[in-house]
Amino acid sequence: MRIFKTSGFTSVFALLTLAAVLVACSGQKFGEGSGSGGGTVRLQGTGASFPKPIYDKWVSEFGKIRPNVRIDYQSTGSGAGQKALLSKTSDFGASDDPMTDETMAEAGTPILHIPTVLGAVVLTYNLEGVTQSINLSPQVIADIYLGNIKRWSDERLKTDNPDIQFPDAEILPVYRADSSGTSAVFTDFLTKTNTEWAERVGTNKQPSWITGVGVGAKGNDGVMGQVKQTPNSIGYVELTFAKANNLPAARVKNKAGEFVEASLTSVSEAAAGSVAAMPDDLRAQITNADGKGAYPIASYTYILVYQEQSDEIRGKALADFLFWAVTDGERYVEDLHYAPLPKEVMEKVAVKIDSITGGGKPLRR
Amino acid sequence: MANTGTKGDKVFQAIVFAAALSIILIVAAVIAVMYQSAVPSMERFGIGFLFGREWKPAQEEFGALPFIFGTVTSSVIALILSIPISLGIAIFLVEQAPKKIARPIAFMVELLAAIPSVVYGLWGIFVLAPLIREYIGPFLQASLGFLPLFQGRITGIGMLTAGIILALMITPIITSVVRDVLEAVPHTQREAALALGATKWETTMIVLGNAASGIAGAVVLGLGRAVGETMAVTMVIGNSPQIAASLFEPANTIASLLAANFAEATDEIYMSALIEIGLVLFLVTFMVNAFAKLLIMSVARKTNSAKHA
Amino acid sequence: MTTKTINSIDRRRVVNMIMTSLTAVCAVFAIAVLVAILGYIGVRGISSLSIEFLTDTPKPVGEGGGIGNSILGSAIMTLLAAFLGLPVGIAAGVYLAEFGRNWFGNTVRFVADTLIGVPSIIIGIFVYTLVVLPMGRQSGFAGGLALAIIMIPIVARTTEEMISLVPNSMREGALALGAPQWRVTWNIVLPAAASGIATGAMLAIARVTGETAPLLFTALNSRFYNYYLDQPMSSLTVQIYNYATGPFEVEHAMAWAATLLLVGLILVINILVRFFTRKKF
Repeated sequence: MRIFKTSGFTSVFALLTLAAVLVACSGQKFGEGSGSGGGTVRLQGTGASFPKPIYDKWVSEFGKIRPNVRIDYQSTGSGAGQKALLSKTSDFGASDDPMTDETMAEAGTPILHIPTVLGAVVLTYNLEGVTQSINLSPQVIADIYLGNIKRWSDERLKTDNPDIQFPDAEILPVYRADSSGTSAVFTDFLTKTNTEWAERVGTNKQPSWITGVGVGAKGNDGVMGQVKQTPNSIGYVELTFAKANNLPAARVKNKAGEFVEASLTSVSEAAAGSVAAMPDDLRAQITNADGKGAYPIASYTYILVYQEQSDEIRGKALADFLFWAVTDGERYVEDLHYAPLPKEVMEKVAVKIDSITGGGKPLRR
Repeated sequence: MANTGTKGDKVFQAIVFAAALSIILIVAAVIAVMYQSAVPSMERFGIGFLFGREWKPAQEEFGALPFIFGTVTSSVIALILSIPISLGIAIFLVEQAPKKIARPIAFMVELLAAIPSVVYGLWGIFVLAPLIREYIGPFLQASLGFLPLFQGRITGIGMLTAGIILALMITPIITSVVRDVLEAVPHTQREAALALGATKWETTMIVLGNAASGIAGAVVLGLGRAVGETMAVTMVIGNSPQIAASLFEPANTIASLLAANFAEATDEIYMSALIEIGLVLFLVTFMVNAFAKLLIMSVARKTNSAKHA
Repeated sequence: MTTKTINSIDRRRVVNMIMTSLTAVCAVFAIAVLVAILGYIGVRGISSLSIEFLTDTPKPVGEGGGIGNSILGSAIMTLLAAFLGLPVGIAAGVYLAEFGRNWFGNTVRFVADTLIGVPSIIIGIFVYTLVVLPMGRQSGFAGGLALAIIMIPIVARTTEEMISLVPNSMREGALALGAPQWRVTWNIVLPAAASGIATGAMLAIARVTGETAPLLFTALNSRFYNYYLDQPMSSLTVQIYNYATGPFEVEHAMAWAATLLLVGLILVINILVRFFTRKKF
């Protein structure tokens, strides 16, 4: 035993001291800039994974215009986005599914819904030898997720797709295990179009999936990953995720009876039909929309903010960001396969953003 | 005892005592905080919470059974796979291999324990899951397909994959404790057996018999680790709260439920139910580890098994 | 010798041979798994490693980006955990070794051992409830605190073990010369056990560097270089988790590269520790 050899021990303490100094320094030197006090304004957003690609793009581009505003968006799921807003661990939440009246009441103070872009939920699949779009009717989709259609070779699939050679394999439906706006949109569509679905599952961010049917995965990313990894699987994801991975997306039968591919045009069609019916609080569902060429599983996605911002500087930055996003920011939207807001809706949204207040005064005007 | 510096001694003792006390306080605080948050769920669902088969947050229906089932089953699979291998490795290292070979091998096995959970998960998604889907699963189905355990579709994501990953993760832990336990068995026993004409293997069996409770401790310790393992399992188990006979089916465990869903529990009762199930996990791992410790202490009082606990 | 006994001896020999070779097979299998995992990480990870990747921050998908902020975040939170956890852990270890031969010491030992086995996600939930909710924000501080809580019992037990290896004669010698107990511990016992304690500390640091679950709800993640402890902070592990479970090939590649870095770091610590101590860890 080397009694007097203290170097090891000393070095531990040296390391600790170094750590202490580093921590202290970083706290002091940079600490002033944190929050709203100094030059940099930090905003935290969490929530939906549906719009993650566009929000990542927006915060990155907005950061170039306003370098002193640092917005961090983390995709955690719509449910988590709502919770983060309610528990005030984030400055804004993001959700594909508007908050329910009940949830909004929990906040005790008004929450605004800011629609940002339109998206489509598509059914993507991993079928060997099938690269073209398959046709799916709401009935078939519901039956797959209800466990009534178990194999790709099922007659009902063949009827809608006479030209496609389906493998004689079991279908693996993949669903969202977490609380998700994508699930809400998807189940809302099925609820509207299928009575068995309405009775047994219904519309929900986190519905009760039929036991023994399918696997759950977390996030749009998780479902996508699962479908990519698993032959003969089918999953529902935001269009941009399927496009980014060159995975096929099914054509879905709309209210007018046509099989429609999800595209910017078909999503815009769906939105156009609902503009007049847009409620004042902007919480709208546009699934199974009327009109020729409308893709039936479309939806708005929302950023949720408190109307009254507790911190004026941060609130102003947030309102500016939102306004920029739905106006200038819309030019990045189409590249990422989202549809921009219809003109009329954009005007309503701008008014809504202008109603964000801090200390009782409007922040943008 | 020293007469001088009693004041310094007191201060010093008080400081280190406080540090030791803090460990107990941490555990007490964890229990208190979690218990407090779990109360609404306990009051509402009572003991039935543990036996409910439905987990439907939207309908405010919370039954923990699918997660308890998933946790237990994946851990049991892990143990079944890991016990023979861990024992084999430990026996090889202690009883057979020359020191020169044993040391580096032992070190390499321990490196397996140093690999982070999320890395096992990554490897599980991209390497093990495809392996199971393409080869292991079909092979099991062909040879043992008459058992309900191996029927149904094989997706590569599910209970079996989670079990195998867990087995890989707990093998170094069990191996290392068994190794300590075997090394604690006095050499005279082996010499006596060999002198009586026993073969090396027969001698090993005698040694194993004498170390039985310590080995049991190692196994229970591995169980404790498997029960609480989170990230790797979340990434490969399929996150589906169902109780299925087939090991190819997706399932969910308590720990992976918490990892995937804790951030999004908006309602108080949902949050409370999640924390209650977390409390169950906490208490179970606490008891399992305590039990393991008692078993190991009974054999290897002298060895430094503590660090593996 | 009769044929019967020869047979029996043969059978025993055969069993002996089979079983002993089976144990060797087990050992080979474990090493094969290690090589398979590490090899795969190496092959997949090396192709995406670049200076840009190591220094850049995440960018919108398809625009490249890197993990520099995650490396920094992991470093800050690990250092914070060491800063908070090591002193407490070492002091608790000193208590256990020097004064802990009583019911209280036994209780602490028992609770520490069981705390080591508590799933780290539980610690994450605990810190979320206790720190994140009142602070109103996920933060690097909360992440570091969760990691510190995980470190404390590990460090306490290894420290105790290392101190108890210091021969009693050394303590007695110093005490006989009239040194107060705390001087003996501070100037004689701790230095004697120092390299062992440092080793334990390094292993505990390596362990928490690889933790993901306790950071999910406490530190969250961030796409910026972040030095502020009161802000959400990125970490290698959470970033690997996000990339791995995502759908984008480019992100999978980044997950493997980040993993190569993380595992490389952890293995280097383990191997160095092994190299510098001849003791078994």
